[in-house]
Order: sequence, then C-alpha cells, then structure tokens
Amino acid sequence: MSFDINAIRKDFPVLQRQVYNRPLVYLDNGATTQKPLPVINCVNDYHVLKNSSIHRGIHFLSEQATEDYENARKTVQQFIHAAHPHEIIFTPGTTASINGVAFSFGEKYVNEGDEIIVTEMEHHANIVPWQMLCERKKALLRVIPFSDSGLLRTEELDSLITPRTRLIAVIHVSNTLGTLNPVEEIIRKAHAFNIPVLVDGAQSIQHIPIDVQKMDCDFFVFSGHKVYGPTGTGVLYGKEKWLEELPPFQGGGDMVDIVTFAKTTYNVLPFKFEAGTPNYIGAIALAEALRYVSSLGLDSIADHEHQLLEYGSEKLNKLGFITLYGTARPKSSIISFLVNGVHPYDAGMVMDKMGIAVRTGTHCAQPVMQHYGIGGTIRASLALYNTAGEIDAFIEAVKKVKTMFG
Amino acid sequence: MSIVNSTYVKSIQEIQEEIVSEFEIYDDWMDKYNYLIELSRDLPVIDSRLKIKENLISGCQSRVWLNAEYQEGTIRFTADSDAIITKGIVSLLIRVLSNHTPDEIINADLTFIDQIGLRQNLSPTRSNGLLSMIRQMKLYALAYKTKFGVK
Repeated sequence: MSFDINAIRKDFPVLQRQVYNRPLVYLDNGATTQKPLPVINCVNDYHVLKNSSIHRGIHFLSEQATEDYENARKTVQQFIHAAHPHEIIFTPGTTASINGVAFSFGEKYVNEGDEIIVTEMEHHANIVPWQMLCERKKALLRVIPFSDSGLLRTEELDSLITPRTRLIAVIHVSNTLGTLNPVEEIIRKAHAFNIPVLVDGAQSIQHIPIDVQKMDCDFFVFSGHKVYGPTGTGVLYGKEKWLEELPPFQGGGDMVDIVTFAKTTYNVLPFKFEAGTPNYIGAIALAEALRYVSSLGLDSIADHEHQLLEYGSEKLNKLGFITLYGTARPKSSIISFLVNGVHPYDAGMVMDKMGIAVRTGTHCAQPVMQHYGIGGTIRASLALYNTAGEIDAFIEAVKKVKTMFG
Repeated sequence: MSIVNSTYVKSIQEIQEEIVSEFEIYDDWMDKYNYLIELSRDLPVIDSRLKIKENLISGCQSRVWLNAEYQEGTIRFTADSDAIITKGIVSLLIRVLSNHTPDEIINADLTFIDQIGLRQNLSPTRSNGLLSMIRQMKLYALAYKTKFGVK
C-alpha cells in the first residue's frame, strides 16, 4: 500500500472534527494516538456480537474469544519479532508493565546495597517504580546523564556499572526530547556484565520497526493506546528465561495451576503473569491496530513522520524567537520548545483556541525540566496521519502566540 | 442601595455583573484573551518579599502567589502569576473579592467565571491553581473571621 495521506486520514473519524469552529490539528500524539476505523469497529463488533470471557468457558463464544485473544498475542509477537508468543504478556499499559517488572525482578534479585540504573531523560513511569523498589530493598538508583542537545552520555555507563548493578532501565525514544537512544550499545555494555536491560518503548513502538531479538533487550514494554490501539492495553515482552524465573506480580484467577490453602502452584507462561480476566477485547483490538500499522509499513510511516519532524523543526527555528529542547539526532516525532519569553501555559491556551492540540508542562519528565532549569515546554508530537499543512497551521499559531505575549 | 459618598464599595454581585458585561462584547476567543492580557496589568501585585513558598498556590503548570491582609473589617488581596492569562483571571478574582468582609467572601457565589466562558480554567485537571486559589481566598476569609470575630 502506498502512503496516501488523504486516504489514511479518512480512516480516523476524529480528524474530520472541528474544535472552536476550526479544523482540529491534533499534535498531541505523544500523549495518545487517535484510532482508525478497523480498531473502532473491532471494539464495537466484539461488544455487539462476540463478547465472552476467555480461557474458561466451554461454549462457542468463549472459544472464539480465546482464539482471537491468543492470536492477538501472536500478532504482537510478530510485530516486535519476539521468539515466542508466550514471551508476550498483556498488561494495562507501559506503566503497569514497568511496575510489574520492578516488583517481580526486585523481589527475586534486588537486595540491600544493590543498584538500578535509569537515565536522566526517563518518563516518571520509568523512575518511580524503581525508586519504590529501591526504598523497599534499600537499594540505590543511579542515573545516566544527557547532554544539553539531548544525547545520552553513554560513556558514563562504564563508571556507573558496578558489581552491584542489577538492572538498567532506559527509554527508547524520549517523550520530551524525541531522542532515539542507542539502546543496542547500552544493552551490549550491560550484557558484558550479565546485567539485564528493560527498554521503555512507549514512544518508539508507533514510529520505529522493533526487533526485540536483534536489539537483544531483556524486557520491552509499550502501551496500546500510543500505537493506535485502545486505552488500557499494553504489553510486557520478556525473554523466556526471565519470565520463567520471575515470580508473578499479581495473584488471582487464571494465573494458577493448583490452589490449596497449603500451597498454590502457578500456571505456565504467559498465563502466570495475567491474573484475573484480562482486557481481551482491548488486546484483540490492539492486534487490529498493529495490523493497520503493518499494512501501511513502519518504514513508510517513519519516513513520513521524519519529513514532518524536520519540516516543522526548521520552520520553528526560522521564526527566530523559539528555543528547541532536544536538538540531537537521531530523533523521532517529538518537537519540544518554548516561545522565548512566553509561559508555555499561555501559549497552549491560545493554540488550543486555534484548533491546535499540543501538550504543555513537564510531560511527566520533571528531571528533564530540571536539567534545563525550566518549568515546562510546549510539545508537538507527530503521528502517521499528520500533514505538512497541519505543520503550517501550527506555525501560524506559534506566530500568533508571539504577537499576543511576546 | 444608594451611593452615599465616593468610598461606596460595589457589592460582589455588582462587580460580577460589570465583568460579565465587559466580556459580552467579545465573541472571539482571541479578543477575550487579549482582554485578559490587558487585565493582567491591573493586578494588585504582591510584594516581591511575599512571593515565597508559603504563599504559593501550586498548580501543575502555572504558579500563583497570593497574600491577604485584614484592614478595618475587610480583606485586601494581592497576587501574581508566572502565566499571563492566569494572571488576568487572578486579577478578575481579586477585583471581585478584594475589599470585602470575610462573610461576603465566604458566601460569594462566583458565577461570572462560567458566564464569561472561563469555566474550563477552573477544572481541577487544568492544574493552573485557580481552583485552589478561590479555595485559599475563602480560607483566608474564614481565618480572619475566626480571628477577629467579625460578622
């Protein structure tokens, strides 16, 4: 399929909307992406015709739902090139996936005085669960810093890694700076010391082809709603050997083998980590979203988004009254900036009334703001359905902000 | 109510009606915002020495500092914000509530915010501190009422 942007936009009904009597220009894709018709129809059809709880029922609907759910697992497996379907655990999202690993891995492998390494550009979801673990176990959190242009200073890893390092957690694409981090290099260095690496793919899964086997990460996590799927869906990929060894992070139905009051034995992978009735309709619709993305081709999507990123960054730069945060390359789909002398909240309020949806504030990455000594930025984040025309409208809105406040 | 002399103070309700009629001429959002920017300059600015953590009403995005002083039965508010539109709205809140008695402030029903279309700015999720600011203004009124036993 060729990349026909006009045809693609028709797949996303919300993009035809107007807000404040102006065409909606949706540039808040880093927060969540809009849903294409196949995903919307899948969720709807399931509620209308197919709903039934999975794994337990002996009847027709339950068997069909179980089959669809397990096929969704295979779709995710293929999408990220995992070795086995049972390495794919469905979760409510990236945050839940990271919390799950932080708990299970922490229970089994982290003791007093041990160390966990994260980066200075993590989303709070990849900081706080590790901090909670460190507090629980009296372990220490170490941080890989980044340079002002937004590049991770990976050379620091050599001194940060110690015999007490138990795990490294790193964001693949920064949700604030857009930097595409050299996760392969970090993983190589970590594996030389047998240290596992968790990659937060919340901002890469929708933009970049992912091959977890080539990357050789030990855990890869992402949210469904950021890759055109439903909210409340997410994935925890873990290498089989880790998932076999780790204890479950939640107890309940479906994750057990034999339950007695004396002792309970756990179910096999992946069910060990999916306690209770999962969001099966969400997972099945997530698979639909991944098929949609695959049908367009992630390479074509990445090309399209990259052109828009460079077009938008250059236009912003040419205005002469903008400070960009995250100028390092390679980067993906995120433009973080300030209109000089203007509070981002004021800018966001005015842009909103012009139909431009951006996000303002700290983007759940306060340490990044602390790095630059600022209170927040304006963030425009791109998706496959954005157009150069929308970038132009966005630039006009930024100019308007400057005339009003500058 | 008759105007006795030049020190006549408008009631909270009268000020609210005045603001609503000022905003009635703007049907475009940008004009409304431009007017708020203009109003931000009328804000009785808080003494810079009082721009301290204790007086900070912390929202997630824009910050507001608020101070209250009790003078002869009424409360006088001063404030500041780092965002201009927030500052404009703050200046309206102060215009409505400042120089009134604690009871009047406690019982004030701030209908003008809704009427001039700025209600979304008061939703807790907007995190601009305005909702907390109104709560704080009323808390000051309650505190002064308790302290001085004024009616």
